[in-house]
Amino acid sequence: MSEQRPTWCPGCGDFAILAALREALVQEGLAPHQVAVVSGIGCGSKLPDYMRVLGFMTLHGRPLPVATGLRLARPDLRVVVVDGDGDAYGIGGNHWLHTCRRNPGLVHLVENNQIYALTKGQYSPTTDQGTRTTTSPEGAPERPVNPIRTALAAGATFVARGFAGEPKELARLIRAALRHRGYALVDILQPCVTFNKINTYDWYAERIVRLEEAGHDPSDFDAAWARSGEFGERIPVGVFYRSEEVPAYEERVPGLKRGPLVERPLDELDEATWEALKRELI
Amino acid sequence: MGEGWATLSAGDGKPGRKAEEQDVSLVIGGDAGQGVESSGAGFSTALARAGYHVFSIADYRSRIRGGHNFYQIRAATRPVASHLDPPALLLALTAESVELHLENLADGAAVVYDRSFRLDAAAVERAGRLPVPVPMNEIALRHGSKVMMNTAALAAAAGLLRFPLERMEEVVRQNFARKGERVVEANLAVAREAYAEMLRHPAAERFRYRLPGREGQPERMLLHGNHALCLGALAAGCRFVAAYPMTPATTILEWMTAHAEPLGIVTKHAEDELAAVCMAIGAGFGGARAMCSTSGGGFSLMTEALGLAGMTETPVVVVDVQRGGPSTGLPTRTEQGDLLFVLHASQGEFPRFVLAPGDHVEAFEAAMRAFNLAEKYQVPVILLSDQFLASSLRTLEPERLRRDAVPPERGKTRRPGEPPLPEERRDGDYLRFAFTADGISPRVLPGDPDAVYGVPSDEHDEAGHITEEIANRRRMMEKRMRKLETALAAGEMRGPRRLGPEEAEVTLLAWGSTLGPAAEALELLARAGVRANLLHWCDLWPFAGEAAERELRRVRRGVVVEQNYTGQFRRFLRMMTGYEAEGLVRRYDGRPLEPGEIARGVLREVGAGVR
Repeated sequence: MSEQRPTWCPGCGDFAILAALREALVQEGLAPHQVAVVSGIGCGSKLPDYMRVLGFMTLHGRPLPVATGLRLARPDLRVVVVDGDGDAYGIGGNHWLHTCRRNPGLVHLVENNQIYALTKGQYSPTTDQGTRTTTSPEGAPERPVNPIRTALAAGATFVARGFAGEPKELARLIRAALRHRGYALVDILQPCVTFNKINTYDWYAERIVRLEEAGHDPSDFDAAWARSGEFGERIPVGVFYRSEEVPAYEERVPGLKRGPLVERPLDELDEATWEALKRELI
Repeated sequence: MGEGWATLSAGDGKPGRKAEEQDVSLVIGGDAGQGVESSGAGFSTALARAGYHVFSIADYRSRIRGGHNFYQIRAATRPVASHLDPPALLLALTAESVELHLENLADGAAVVYDRSFRLDAAAVERAGRLPVPVPMNEIALRHGSKVMMNTAALAAAAGLLRFPLERMEEVVRQNFARKGERVVEANLAVAREAYAEMLRHPAAERFRYRLPGREGQPERMLLHGNHALCLGALAAGCRFVAAYPMTPATTILEWMTAHAEPLGIVTKHAEDELAAVCMAIGAGFGGARAMCSTSGGGFSLMTEALGLAGMTETPVVVVDVQRGGPSTGLPTRTEQGDLLFVLHASQGEFPRFVLAPGDHVEAFEAAMRAFNLAEKYQVPVILLSDQFLASSLRTLEPERLRRDAVPPERGKTRRPGEPPLPEERRDGDYLRFAFTADGISPRVLPGDPDAVYGVPSDEHDEAGHITEEIANRRRMMEKRMRKLETALAAGEMRGPRRLGPEEAEVTLLAWGSTLGPAAEALELLARAGVRANLLHWCDLWPFAGEAAERELRRVRRGVVVEQNYTGQFRRFLRMMTGYEAEGLVRRYDGRPLEPGEIARGVLREVGAGVR
């Protein structure tokens, strides 16, 4: 464990996410040097600094492509992305869409508090329409992103929702994501105790229904699609959809057939290959 | 163009100063989609195989079909590093290309065109050119279809130049091989007939330019600047390339991807440039030698991540193949408009390296050096090329691309399993960002059980933890920036390369791809009686100031030559050395500077004072 003390507000949902991720990694038997946590920008994205793992804090919205590059270069590392709803669904929305259809072996934990917190309370892509914030005094003008449905539509092969109010359950979800061979989205309801007075722990707790208990079959895409439409009086949590059929992106990259990039010497090109390359141009 | 300056035309004295010397330019003009580029590349290949030194450029618009395109090929019996105006032969695939090029041809130049074009041959004659109508279309139709008109045109031009038919046949065979034997045979028949037709042509006798086959010449590669850059990157151990297609950088991603599987390179066509640079940074963090390639507009998008690489001290190579800007500007054309931008791109201050190779060989070596610099100094390195260098095709002896010219060096980088470096630990902990005298912290690649660390994009301490503490910020800034001094002290950055005589009346000051045309301008100036030399910079940042000042002290009259409006390099030189160049020869219309144009410009700038 790192000696760094989190700068999060007391009661922040990020504490539970940190605890759940740690527990999941330990239970999966992963050592600190085998795991890289790549984060975006914001309160929650400071998370890798509070763990003893390889960490890479990137830019607002950019952790997915950084993590993808790392995973392609180092398929031997387990790569976990941690970012917020602004990162994942807003500024990094394009990367998210393409990561869903690309299916690299990444676990993506989105700390979704339905608000911009570190910049002090502006509306985010998941803020409910009509919510008053400092940048939407008349109410948030847009309809919120539905992360579950969008990920399903974009071809994600593992789509789940967790709740920071239930760290044990969350750890279970993260473990399932870690065992998935491709891209695994875990959208995490994460109350912001300072700037979001609507979507509180109690607000979520009253609404949560467990997909597992409701007899949902995660291999059934149509059922997942139907359940993904629910968000309001009832909020389903658990694994919406999981398909193990699709190979991870890195399993399909021709350039990796010779092995992980970093294990090969820089001067491995032999004379015959070099001469042949030049001959192509004669 | 002033009275006397006409004698400075590079075309002057053709075909060759000495009887045995040849230096001929030809141009193929037609509509986009007519195969102008493939014909030009084919003729270039045939000329290279026949023993000529070749330098070719394509001039095309940003569209897929329609609009006038042309391809200019220079073939010479000595090495050439620039295109040459004016051409001695125009191969016109449309009547429009005759109208567009007629004025710019050399005296006595031939205009080869299809007999069916509605063209006033007498007007061509009056312009001092030789009209050479050929039934290209008819010949093509006789053997199959009019799509073979290109073959007829190439063979006709070959016939007129007395260029060996066999060389043209080889290229025809190669180009059509994948379409099957029947197509190959039909095209060969077309070529033979058009060639024979030209040997009998009444105009042929009056044409004085000749390109006979040259036996006994060594084999030469024919490659464009992006090829050379790719080969250098490969030789340096580059194993990861991410990019979003953008002219004129696209061929880098394409070439690397075509060789990805056999050579084990991961290439990624990313969703945008933001993703491309971030992927390269992720791969670089993982320990792979990683690169992303783009043009100015894409580089603009990458700038935020450039700072990320600077702050996290992640090695990455970023290629900016400049084109005409701003905005989407002139997508298929050349400019050196990004210099001052790349030197400062991204917010805040962090060390970076900028190399702007001048020609194909330098592009190859700069690519190799870029990866070494990126890893040794743990910084982003920018390779600043441009459309002219990236897309011009030239011949090179294969041995000039020596992959042992720059052996891979990783500096203080340790792979998992390798023994620890002495500086690595402090109080038993691995400090990724340890304060060191040279500014470079020993780097252990991810995956080592003894070195688990984080790299924040926020300011951080030696261990990589986020902090805003004052003393740490100072020391960390100083540590990072110290890398530049370390590199300069280690002699990593080169001063200007001098071409031409040591003592000169006029010195041309250039950077990047204007090297070839500027070097040739020296010869033209010499012929006009002006003793000129050239200082050319490839290494721009960190700037080897002492070496520059040493050379600049000897300059009597200096003229900066560059491809932008504001004279960015002239300003840069003033900023770095206090040296104020007397003159500036610039071009900013997207077309590459020509040797004759440079020579005339230099005389215009300092003309009264020389001779």
